[in-house]
Amino acid sequence: MRRAIEKVVEGLLTVSGATTSAIILLIVVFLFKEGAGFFRHSNVENGYSLCVSGKNPVYRLSSDEIKKIFDYEIVSWDEVGGESIEIVPFRMGNIMERYSEEELGEDYINLPAKIIEVTKEIPGIILFLPLQYIPDDVSVKKIEDSRIDVSDFFAGTDWIPTATPSPQFGLLPLLLGTLWVGLFAIIIALPLGLGVAIYMAELATPRIRNVLKPMIELLAGIPSVVYGFFGLVVLVPFIQRTLNLPVGETAFAGSIVLAIMSLPTIITVAEDAMRNTPQTVREASLGLGASHWQTIYRVIIPYSLSGISAAVVLGIGRAVGETMAVLMVTGNAAVIPQTLFEPVRTIPATIAAELGEAPAGGAHYNALFVLGCILFIITVVVSISAELISKKRVDS
Amino acid sequence: MLETRKVNFYYGDFHALKEINIKIPANSVTAFIGPSGCGKSTFLRLFNRMNDLIPDTRLTGECLIRGENIYHKSVDVSVLRKKTGMVFQKPNPFPKTIFENVAYGLRVDGISNRSFIADRVEQSLKSAALWDEVKDKLKKSAFELSGGQQQRLCIARALAISPSVILMDEPASALDPISTSKIEDLIHTLKKDYTIVIVTHNMQQAARISDKTGFFMLGELIEYDDTKKIFLNPSKEETQNYITGRFG
Ligand SMILES: Nc1ncnc2c1ncn2[C@@H]1O[C@H](COP(=O)(O)OP(=O)(O)OP(=O)(O)O)[C@@H](O)[C@H]1O
Ligand SMILES: [Mg+2]
Repeated sequence: MRRAIEKVVEGLLTVSGATTSAIILLIVVFLFKEGAGFFRHSNVENGYSLCVSGKNPVYRLSSDEIKKIFDYEIVSWDEVGGESIEIVPFRMGNIMERYSEEELGEDYINLPAKIIEVTKEIPGIILFLPLQYIPDDVSVKKIEDSRIDVSDFFAGTDWIPTATPSPQFGLLPLLLGTLWVGLFAIIIALPLGLGVAIYMAELATPRIRNVLKPMIELLAGIPSVVYGFFGLVVLVPFIQRTLNLPVGETAFAGSIVLAIMSLPTIITVAEDAMRNTPQTVREASLGLGASHWQTIYRVIIPYSLSGISAAVVLGIGRAVGETMAVLMVTGNAAVIPQTLFEPVRTIPATIAAELGEAPAGGAHYNALFVLGCILFIITVVVSISAELISKKRVDS
Repeated sequence: MLETRKVNFYYGDFHALKEINIKIPANSVTAFIGPSGCGKSTFLRLFNRMNDLIPDTRLTGECLIRGENIYHKSVDVSVLRKKTGMVFQKPNPFPKTIFENVAYGLRVDGISNRSFIADRVEQSLKSAALWDEVKDKLKKSAFELSGGQQQRLCIARALAISPSVILMDEPASALDPISTSKIEDLIHTLKKDYTIVIVTHNMQQAARISDKTGFFMLGELIEYDDTKKIFLNPSKEETQNYITGRFG
């Protein structure tokens, strides 16, 4: 009977282990599959196309070129491999201005004809049109659809997913924003966290420790919106006033809030690691005449290094992946950060803020999944390197 | 060499050592035997003030090394501990290389002369009968050694600070018979330069290696005499019962 129960329990444990692994694997596969879909999208908004005059030799444009053309930054066709003619960008709105409603007819029935007309009139024209109105005529040429370019994504410096005609998916501002905020959060949190951990593990009297420890653990349980709220109401105005900045929502505010949030994790994990140093190792060090401090930094810290790096990894993981609080205090401007004291936008904040407005299956939607993949890769890289570091230190 | 006068020791309310008087001669091996929980480790740890680390403990009486009261206010504990090497029951190397483990005591003492440290490490490893086994892998982690080698490393580590006293708390109880006999041989050769006090549960071991033996029971030092006398002709009945295995 007991045998049978043990067998059943064993089976249940195996099954739950397998299911958990399978679910995690599934999530990762889903993430990467949706992410890969991004690079199959055209670089022009879905259902639209760009047309030029049939005589224009240009047949293909990159997202960046499209954007610059419609922003009037590229003004002549010879800049994109055509003849030396002025570029005249035309959206639907421009056509509406040029022709009256009667001229266009009911349901824009005459629109294709008018398009042919205007294209003949303005040889340097480029039109951004819904697919159904594109006339079937030699005088109007469709610009070939090109896929979103991988290098445009990874090296792109603009993140404007709602831009027309060509949405801009440049990773750099978000990636750098994330690393920027995360890096400074860790720079603030690590020395503080390890300091508190050393204090609690080695110096505090049991009484103080018994008060401090539950308090710190309580901090870890506070939802991140609350931290974000605190940051927004207290920290942001404070930063703005004391540093005399135009806005208080900055990378700096994000770093501080993140640092506060990752402190409990870093402290608890590092402290546990240090307290797990065997008493006899401690005594061996003291027995050789080492002082308490020498014992702490020569023996206890090396001994608990793997635990300390776990603390660091968890801290960084939280810093990089944290969403809500950062969303609330960093100002969310998708620009490449130059200093700590300007608004930035992080990858998780972008996902949270934009997923709701990105139509499922669209380029924007898939782009957010690519961001998710990148976040995943960052965390994996961080934990693997921490693992390697801690191994190396014990070996040498 | 080592001496206590009317030593009492308390863990909180618990009276762990009772009125202990003992005189341990220099350059000898003294074994402490007795049933589990009788206070052997507690007594041993008085001599390098290791019990200071345990909160809520209290000591009365005097504890002397070479006539000096080591619990006197003027005594620097870390200097005292450099003069008394300690070897623990379980091997407890530091998470460092073999070389750095042995060099540890010198480094924390602020010594940085490389050739001096290298010489001392080699000497200590030789004295601990470990040199030949590790001389080619001094830069390897100490955790790569076997348990017996680790324990000899811990002995080498204690020898490197050139103590005059070596305290050993069941140094061989976690080891296999071959490692144990290596350690016993080692204790035998170290005797001429050091005063060694060893706690052991192994009667034969006490009889083999020690010159003097102290028998503890319930916090009291029941009998302390030449090892031969204790094992062949003890004067107390409790001792007789314990060594013949009728008790404990
Ligand atoms: N840190 C401590 N706090 C409270 N009591 C302790 C502490 N360490 C030891 N004791 C008590 O003191 C008594 C003596 O302990 P000690 O470790 O000296 O015994 P021992 O003779 O070394 O035993 P063993 O042979 O099992 O190692 C025991 O009854 C033990 O319960
Ligand atoms: Mg003991």
